[in-house]
Amino acid sequence: MAVQATHPIKSGWYHTWTIRLRLWWRGLVELGYELWQRPIVLFGGIVVVAYLLAAVFAEQVTAHSPARGSLLLRFQPPAWEAGGEWAYPLGTDDQGRDLLTRIIFGARVSLAVGLLSVGISVVVGTALGAAAGYYRGWLDEILSRFSDLLLAFPFLIFAIGVMAFLGPGFANLILALAFKGWVEFFRLARGEMLAERTKEYVDAARVAGLGHVSIIASEILPNIIQSVFVLSTLRLGSMIIMEASLSFLGLGIQPPTPAWGSMVAVGRDYLLTAWWVSTFPGLAILLLVMAINVFGEGLRDILDPRLKIE
Amino acid sequence: MKVVKILERVLTTIPIMFGVAIIVFFFVRLTPGDPVDIMLGRSGAVTAEELDQLRHQFRLDKPLEVQLWYFLSDAVRGNLGYSYVRNKSVVDLIAERLPATIEMTLGALLVSLIIALPIGIFSAVRQNSLLDRSSMAGAFLGISMPSFWLGIILILIFAVRLHWLPAQSRLSYDVQLREVTGLYVLDSLLTRNMPALVDSLKHLVLPSITLGAGVAGIVARVLRSSMLEVLRSDYIKLARAKGATEWQVVMKHALRNALIPTVTVVGLQVGVLLGGNMIVESVFSWPGLGRLVVDAIFNRDFPLIQGSVMIYAITFVLVNLVVDIMYTYLNPRITL
Repeated sequence: MAVQATHPIKSGWYHTWTIRLRLWWRGLVELGYELWQRPIVLFGGIVVVAYLLAAVFAEQVTAHSPARGSLLLRFQPPAWEAGGEWAYPLGTDDQGRDLLTRIIFGARVSLAVGLLSVGISVVVGTALGAAAGYYRGWLDEILSRFSDLLLAFPFLIFAIGVMAFLGPGFANLILALAFKGWVEFFRLARGEMLAERTKEYVDAARVAGLGHVSIIASEILPNIIQSVFVLSTLRLGSMIIMEASLSFLGLGIQPPTPAWGSMVAVGRDYLLTAWWVSTFPGLAILLLVMAINVFGEGLRDILDPRLKIE
Repeated sequence: MKVVKILERVLTTIPIMFGVAIIVFFFVRLTPGDPVDIMLGRSGAVTAEELDQLRHQFRLDKPLEVQLWYFLSDAVRGNLGYSYVRNKSVVDLIAERLPATIEMTLGALLVSLIIALPIGIFSAVRQNSLLDRSSMAGAFLGISMPSFWLGIILILIFAVRLHWLPAQSRLSYDVQLREVTGLYVLDSLLTRNMPALVDSLKHLVLPSITLGAGVAGIVARVLRSSMLEVLRSDYIKLARAKGATEWQVVMKHALRNALIPTVTVVGLQVGVLLGGNMIVESVFSWPGLGRLVVDAIFNRDFPLIQGSVMIYAITFVLVNLVVDIMYTYLNPRITL
């Protein structure tokens, strides 16, 4: 006697996702193998993970407070210079706070702002781009024209303009960066959706009775998410530089919260006598952004060479 | 036909510029607080009757769509508002500072091309050599480095330690210069003032390198990539087969075509330069539009911020338009 599924669509859905997860796992293993063949890219990834771990476990890896210092310890040089000590390896700032501790806590701020602003940009941009590319019509027209309008503003000028009117602070900074950042993901998702929606598997899903939202979310999006992921790693570095630039101008994260950009700004006035106060936070930004860019470009070459802007 | 296409492209820019003006109009409306206080840049310093009078003068007692209409019609006539903080019209303030920003932007473009062109060409010709790998690593470094930090490091080395170059401003206080265009290097040449020329160039070097380094990195990578593609073309093989020297093949045949996408990228980097101006002018105390905007933010001078952001955005739109038009002339296969 033949056994019939009571919910043929739902069992098909489970079956599809089981296969999909298996394929993704296989893809991850292959990605790991490809990364192993590219030691520089792998090193970039390791540096990024090291920064992430340091940011998450900042309290555990640092010996000093990031906000409180002693004026008696102002402008201590790095440990290898005359007058320095290994308790403060990179020296102290104008308020006697350990520079290494503030750099590690600053990583938390920069990575949080970078990841949140990219995350919001990805979610908003991908959702709107997928909807615009799938449904077309007036929705696509309005969203595309609005995104073209936002593209008329250089990124930093738009962010500075928004921060000028909203005021400084963590939430406003993320809002300012995400408000412009979503446009690139919108255009990518929309372009990919336009290419995918005409394919046969989409027709098959429609014939099988899936609704439009189900088709977008469960059939098409998994096929475009790879490109979105690669672009997001490429953009993370520029978001971190934007945050640092805005903090440098005094528009981003406010003291005493340690932010690399504002630490560089403070050290400007003491270049002659305490060069380390500006130098090391800037070096921290450079190393992190380089590692992200190296890793992101490596991922792009492996996963989606079409995204190569050159 | 091409002229018609160009005119069409120009006409499509006009609604974009209106859209930019509308977005900038709503910037101020997003700000929490009394709009009159926002326009005045201070609060609690005027009486209630004066506030009502000013509200009427700024048309803030009218409906939003009427305010928008007046804002757009004023902008079209070149009236971007009045800065009560500085007691001058916004247009006059921008006009005073714009030449300094233009001079730094041109300096940065020149520096970036001087660095990027030879690196891009030689890296492509000597692909995978030590020169190629180290140049591309350097380009990567330029792209990843925050401009404000690079500026500070350059000041530390060349101004503080070596005393070779000045750290701020456009001209030393003891150097006299008669302004003609506002571009000090050009004015020095026009007025044949050699001491001012040398001094203005010395002041321009560090800011130009700071602003141009990131652009140089991007342009070098794009040029290398397009040179590699062009050098693999059949017509290059034909040129070599016909006996052309390597110099002729690279400089006469390959470079001309490789520059086409590079020109587009350089044009698109103008947006990066415009934004970067604000940072670099703050680092070097350069009296340009970027520094004016940053000062305006801290003085809460919203009419000035509004007008400046609009000018930046419209400049970016016009530069992109020029790049698009130039691209169709450089590459006849591309249509607008």
